[in-house]
Amino acid sequence: MSLEAYAIYKNYGEVEALHNVDLVTERGEFFTLLGPSGCGKTTLLRIIAGLELPDSGTVMLTGNNVTTLPANERNVNTVFQSYALFPHLTLFENVAFGMRSRRMTGAVVTEKVMAALAMVHMEDKKDRLPSQLSGGQKQRVALARALVNEPEVLLLDEPMSALDAKLRHAVQAELRQLQQKLGKTFILVTHDQEEALTVSDRIAVMRQGRVVQCAPARELYERPVNRYVADFLGKANIIAGRRAEGGVETELGLLRLDSPPAWEQGELAIRPENIVFHPERPAVNGLRVRVTEAFYRGDRMEVWLEPGNLRMSAAPRRGIAKGDEIWIELLPGALVPLHE
Amino acid sequence: MSSHHHLVWNGELTTRLRLIRRGMYLAAPGMLWILLFLALPSLLLIVVSMTTRGDYGQIEWVFSPDNFTRLLGFSSYGWSADYLWILFRSVWVAFWSTLICVLLAYPLCFHIANRAPEKRYFWLTLIIIPFWTNLVIRAYAWLLVLAPQLPFAKFAAVLGIIPEGSPLYPSAFAVYLGMVATFLPFVAMPLYANVEKLDWALVEAAKDLYAGRARIFWHAIWPQTVPGLSVGITLTFIPAMGMFVVPDLLGGAKYMLVGNLIQQQFGTSRDWPFGAAVSLALMVLTLVGLRVQRKHSGEGGVA
Repeated sequence: MSLEAYAIYKNYGEVEALHNVDLVTERGEFFTLLGPSGCGKTTLLRIIAGLELPDSGTVMLTGNNVTTLPANERNVNTVFQSYALFPHLTLFENVAFGMRSRRMTGAVVTEKVMAALAMVHMEDKKDRLPSQLSGGQKQRVALARALVNEPEVLLLDEPMSALDAKLRHAVQAELRQLQQKLGKTFILVTHDQEEALTVSDRIAVMRQGRVVQCAPARELYERPVNRYVADFLGKANIIAGRRAEGGVETELGLLRLDSPPAWEQGELAIRPENIVFHPERPAVNGLRVRVTEAFYRGDRMEVWLEPGNLRMSAAPRRGIAKGDEIWIELLPGALVPLHE
Repeated sequence: MSSHHHLVWNGELTTRLRLIRRGMYLAAPGMLWILLFLALPSLLLIVVSMTTRGDYGQIEWVFSPDNFTRLLGFSSYGWSADYLWILFRSVWVAFWSTLICVLLAYPLCFHIANRAPEKRYFWLTLIIIPFWTNLVIRAYAWLLVLAPQLPFAKFAAVLGIIPEGSPLYPSAFAVYLGMVATFLPFVAMPLYANVEKLDWALVEAAKDLYAGRARIFWHAIWPQTVPGLSVGITLTFIPAMGMFVVPDLLGGAKYMLVGNLIQQQFGTSRDWPFGAAVSLALMVLTLVGLRVQRKHSGEGGVA
């Protein structure tokens, strides 16, 4: 276990930024704190970095209590949202900054800095100033500057929010590959659910200072615990119902599902891609529906259905059009009972 | 029509002649301004500095370099360093006044920037109010503050720094006090503009990279304040070198600066040619000062 945080509380005046948050990351894990702005994810990251003190709670780094240890004595490094490169220093000196703070000099520093710059493919620009770089390049230097210190845990505070969409996708892949290669613990803060799913081993979804669900990326998407998580990651159809013999009784009829709900009355969620088209009446969870809208989205069709106001995602080659009457199946394995 | 070669300029069909004429119209006000308020007066100053003072204080158009050799200390009585001392002292006082202003403005600006936003205006107003007050009135106010009846002078007398019942002026201390009080806003205002929009992420990045207090200051704070300081230093050092009200009232005859010397030549001494020579010397010093300052802020500066 590289980083543990237990029962973290933090208030800013009346505002409750963090409420009883627990967080345990495994060594070599890519962990993501996901949530909308103001959910407390950045505050939690800053507490881990040592830039902020929690009101109460404990932060442990490789088994040692570091709760009150200041940032400059913690073996944790951060990639800041604005990158925060020192504008008057060259890339080389920016990357060497941490080592120079620790009074390291000579060939060791040069060697490590050049290796770190090579890792992010910036070694030929070592004498440039940050003002001469693009956003993506700055981000890579910020990454090198943090990683060169060989931190126990690398913290990333929305490092890709300033990049354009295309570059962001490339950087996400690079970041994931780099983390896998180094085998280090990365903790990422983001509000971008797609980014979180792409890079993370595990994700903690936060809301109003609390962790709502903490699970592996796939489980989080496929088995959201409540409506908030289901809505925040991707899209979801929500169907209200009551538990019955062999499934859940809803306005669409009796729906079978693989994991029966713990509640008597509640809601089910199903992703648009798990509602599938059938040429004839399917054996289970079959519905005869009318297409009220069909939008062509290039790689897929977004189809609106009645009854139930369902959203379905279909292959364009199916040729589904507005006004059609079609058979669909709600896949029993993908119908998830929600809590709350 | 051969002299009118048509050409296209910014999408407009025109001729070279027309373009030149238009350019001259556009440049004319600026040129006129520079000619009237910079070139002509400077030229006049240079010419007058080489003339001779007549017996009744009038300008005699007899040209010689005598005023400059006199400034360097040569006269019919031999060599004396008096005038050079005055020049040196002016630079010296301006330098230390500026430095003290910077040292005071720094904590002041951070103090204000760390107040709640609505309280910052109160503090800024306190700095600006002296700005609105006439310099002579402020200098006289200092005379009152330093008067023998008031606690400051009495306290100094108890410590044995000045004799019982005498004021704290004229003295070097009083001059510096007046100078710093005059110029502090000139350093504090541009510096505050920098400090208020300081990027604190750099400070956090330095902390995150194990920097101690000194390192945080030099790499995360200092470079961000160089532009404001640079402006403040220019606004202080240059006028401080030519200041004459403050040294005149608070420094007395013993603390003559170049500003007082110039004032004296154009005033009581009625020696315009020598006054012009001293003015020219001050201008040269100012330009040298600007050059040095520009060079230094260029090195550490952050755009």
